[in-house]
Amino acid sequence: MSFRVHVRVMPRAGLLDPQGQAVEHALGALGFAGAGTVRVGRAIELIVSAASRDEAEARARQMCDRLLANPVTEDYSVEIED
Amino acid sequence: MQRVAVVRFPGSNRDLDAVRAAERVGSEAYFVWHRDSDLQQADVVILPGGFSYGDYLRSGAIARFSPIMGAIQRHAAEGGAVIGICNGFQILCEAGLLPGALVRNARLSFVAKPVDLQVERTSTVFTNAFSSGDRVRVPVAHGDGRFVADAATLDRIEAEDCVVVRYLASGPGVEPNPNGSERNIAGICNAAGNVVGLMPHPENAVHPLQDSQTGQGFFDSMAAWQPLTARH
Repeated sequence: MSFRVHVRVMPRAGLLDPQGQAVEHALGALGFAGAGTVRVGRAIELIVSAASRDEAEARARQMCDRLLANPVTEDYSVEIED
Repeated sequence: MQRVAVVRFPGSNRDLDAVRAAERVGSEAYFVWHRDSDLQQADVVILPGGFSYGDYLRSGAIARFSPIMGAIQRHAAEGGAVIGICNGFQILCEAGLLPGALVRNARLSFVAKPVDLQVERTSTVFTNAFSSGDRVRVPVAHGDGRFVADAATLDRIEAEDCVVVRYLASGPGVEPNPNGSERNIAGICNAAGNVVGLMPHPENAVHPLQDSQTGQGFFDSMAAWQPLTARH
């Protein structure tokens, strides 16, 4: 079976996110009052072949641990599409 | 004569500068392709500056899995000297050869300018010709140069005397830090001092046509470094 996997990688909470700050300032300049605490991360989509949904998720998590996210600076979440 | 392997990745751009700077101190310097697996009896490995793999995903994240990196891990484990400059420093952190990570500059802009540095640790392959406290001026050129690590790791780096160079204010009231690095850290090493990572480019401060020549001391240090084990 193959599963569509959505990986979301975000800068770790507490780590300065200059991209998020810049976007937040730009939103304010455009008049979007009340938009705050903007964080900018990365979305990765891939198809994983696996025998089960659990196996697909486990493999995606291994990919995150090895390559897709840096454990020093980033957190990730994995979602398997139904 | 010291053998210096300069690793070329797709997107390296300070590779020839590194070779020339090594040649100026009498080293036998040569290129090694990232897909090679043999360092050809290198005493010193330089991972040069540039944008390996276009900085895709994260700076250094893909380069760290290049075939040559296995040989570099073994070389470092045997006490061989490894120097990562700019993108090379990013690759060493991604590879776990040095702690921490280098992320987007605090003020978002790409920074390309000379910076003043204070040399702190001198018992390394790249700084043994300096005295602790020496000041040097060397250019930086990076978008992802902000050194970060968790507080415990930063404390350990400082406790083990692994800060090699720190950004220094060029005058009173001047912000010393071009990128927001934690504790003004511009370069670190491992505990043994044989693996060094620097964001600034000493290879671009060695010639009279360049802004300063105080990068020379890093290469004089490299030439004076005694390998822990004979390699050839």
